[in-house]
Amino acid sequence: MTWNSTSYFNKNTEAAPLAVFRIFFGLMMFVSIVRFWSYGWIDKLYIQPEFFFSYYGFEWVQPLGVYTYLLFAVCGLSAVCVALGYKYRIAIVVFFLSFTYIELLDKTTYLNHYYFISCLSFLLIWLPANAYFSIDAWRNTTKAFKKIPQWTTDSIKALLFIVYFYAGLAKLNSDWLLNAMPLKIWLPSKYDLPFLGDILQQEWVHYAFSWGGAVYDLAIPFLLLYKRTRWFAFGLVVIFHVMTRVLFPIGMFPYVMIVSALIFFDAGLHHKILNFIARIFKLNKQKIDSISEEKIVRFKSGIPIKIAAAFLAIQLLLPWRYLAYPDELFWTEEGYRFSWRVMLMEKAGYAQFKVVDTATEKQFFVDNTDFLHPLQEKQMSTQPDFILQYAHFLGAHFKTQGHENVAVFTESYVALNGRLSQPYIDPKIDLMKIQDDFAHKDWILKFNDTIKGL
Amino acid sequence: MKYWKIWSLFMLALAVVACSKDDTPSEEQNDSFNREAMLVNWADNIIIPSYTSLDVSLDNLQSETAIFVTTPTLGGLIEVRNAWENSYVAFQNVSMFEIGKAEELNYRNRLNVYPTNTSEIEGFIADGNYDLSLPSTIDAQGFPALDYLLFGLADTDEEILAFYTTNPNAEGYRMYLSALTETMATLTNTVLTDWTTNFRASFVANTSSSATGSVDKLANDYILYYEKSLRAGKVGIPAGVFSSDPLPQNVEGFYKRDISKKLLTTSITASKNFFNGKTFNGSATGPSFKTYLDFLNTIKNEGDLSTLINTQFDVALTEVNGLENNFVNQINTDNSKMLTTYDELQRNVILLKVDMLQALDINVDFVDTDGD
Repeated sequence: MTWNSTSYFNKNTEAAPLAVFRIFFGLMMFVSIVRFWSYGWIDKLYIQPEFFFSYYGFEWVQPLGVYTYLLFAVCGLSAVCVALGYKYRIAIVVFFLSFTYIELLDKTTYLNHYYFISCLSFLLIWLPANAYFSIDAWRNTTKAFKKIPQWTTDSIKALLFIVYFYAGLAKLNSDWLLNAMPLKIWLPSKYDLPFLGDILQQEWVHYAFSWGGAVYDLAIPFLLLYKRTRWFAFGLVVIFHVMTRVLFPIGMFPYVMIVSALIFFDAGLHHKILNFIARIFKLNKQKIDSISEEKIVRFKSGIPIKIAAAFLAIQLLLPWRYLAYPDELFWTEEGYRFSWRVMLMEKAGYAQFKVVDTATEKQFFVDNTDFLHPLQEKQMSTQPDFILQYAHFLGAHFKTQGHENVAVFTESYVALNGRLSQPYIDPKIDLMKIQDDFAHKDWILKFNDTIKGL
Repeated sequence: MKYWKIWSLFMLALAVVACSKDDTPSEEQNDSFNREAMLVNWADNIIIPSYTSLDVSLDNLQSETAIFVTTPTLGGLIEVRNAWENSYVAFQNVSMFEIGKAEELNYRNRLNVYPTNTSEIEGFIADGNYDLSLPSTIDAQGFPALDYLLFGLADTDEEILAFYTTNPNAEGYRMYLSALTETMATLTNTVLTDWTTNFRASFVANTSSSATGSVDKLANDYILYYEKSLRAGKVGIPAGVFSSDPLPQNVEGFYKRDISKKLLTTSITASKNFFNGKTFNGSATGPSFKTYLDFLNTIKNEGDLSTLINTQFDVALTEVNGLENNFVNQINTDNSKMLTTYDELQRNVILLKVDMLQALDINVDFVDTDGD
């Protein structure tokens, strides 16, 4: 059996797995939005702050004030439409845009999970997820299909594969494997968990969790791909993510991942799930099946597959960009984000900013709490791009206050994975004279240690 | 079937590797650090005795004030001043414990916002109408307001005494003086009573690792106090660290003048003693941040953080020792010594806030959002 790309791209598969994926994805996203809203985080994170940390190149993404609620409402509503498969293409585009806009507002709240949602929803734009078991297909039978090209579900599998496998690769470093860091810091502090509390104090448990986590991430995509190990793998997925939910505050993500893993199963399971859903909502699945017949989705253009392929290629390459930078990745964080480096390090910092009027040589320190909320201050103090951005904000702020010739310096300290804190940014550098770009930030002081590995 | 076998072999191999990492167990590894014992030590040996001492001292201040306002004499004024000074020093031992009732009452701010607002005070006295429980009045009450009334009304003691005797509104001054001391004594007594009657039990029992757990909360309060009230308030702000020019009028005990150093030394020593779990007015030490860090160190095999922190407390105290009693003089004659003191205090902010909190896995001013 030789690999034949044409024959692969002509291969078809059942539409049910993608339909189930669409339904669960939409529902999960809706719940996430409601949850986020109900906790008052919209106000706290996107309306209250006086200053937002923009992403490089996305400075035009600005907060909308009270209309941020509207943005969330649109996002939640589009998620429901996605789940229902109602005006799916518009809904998923709106969802992708609104969700991503929210995420781009402030990189303080960057989480790999949110990035994963943006990636997934972008991919879903190009997939015929409304071909089956959707309102779109029900209302217009010419849009109802039973089969879809194989590559469409495979592209989601590929993304999940990358997420897990790259998260596993990222763990192959000396801190994680040889020192059991940062779990050695995190786990003992969960002393009050029932049953687990005491065992989490044991050093061997920290190692077992570290190694287990790395092996899990590296092995799970393969175990999910092979039919014989699939159920076993799914069991592991459930155990692993429930465990992370118990140990860490990671919101909806574990559930999203558990549900996403269903895409690896054969259509039989998905028909059972859809039968179940149909029974609850008193839908006639036979009729839904009959309108779809054995029709196969045919793409009118080659654009979707090209975009999906290009997108996955970028996903494969982007996490390696850190290799282009010298110095320790965990220290400088150059190329750290968007690389599935999940729960990989414990970093704490402290940054004090000194504003100097170069003409009069008068100087004073800034009280960060005047401008940043605690989460912003925490993120800012350990990441150079945040520090630079904040320094420029301070410079601009004090210029409007009548200070001229403003220079901004920082005295900052960072502790990484339980090491003693050490100076972080060169305190002699006037940050106002530095512009952020993709070049190596040579104003970060050297890390006093080495972390071996990927 | 084959996959199952390969998989189990794989897991077995990993288990072996993982376990072999463990063949050099650290000596006498306890199962778990006893946080409840630490909370008990904090409450019973440090916090409650410190409040009790202040409570006694403020009762004395209140009774001396009562004697003075009935028959205002120079001798009486001196007695009130002494009682004020003793109480102010005793207050330095409790100021960091802004938790429970103290937090609810905004206790630290009710007792020690400085510089005090003299025009507001004079307005209240002239008016005879004030409500010291209003948040807007925090800068017209507490120790700094008394500082003004006892030392700052005029240049000489006789002239100050005249405000309580021959001044047209002497009655107003006497009443305000009484109101201040009474409020301070009542607030302190409320906090202390709450500790002894019900808060102690819930405080000690709340060993949760969450942001609402007693250890997390008090650790945050302690560091916030050290950073904002001690380092910035007592040294940094008057020395001009946060402004273009020094602000000598912002020293603690501005009107008394020669008390600033004593207050600072007491507060640093109190912070250090709390870190080490040292019994109030005793020499015994119990479970504390120090022993907690030492316990975690046996897992982590990292540098000896508790020693670094203690050394830094000592360095800061040595630096303070070289300062004049009167910080206004110190700032005006040689502010660089104040700035050096600030730098040494600052070093411990980093050790406490970055290193200690990381080791204890406690979030700074916890924001309740999702993590990665």
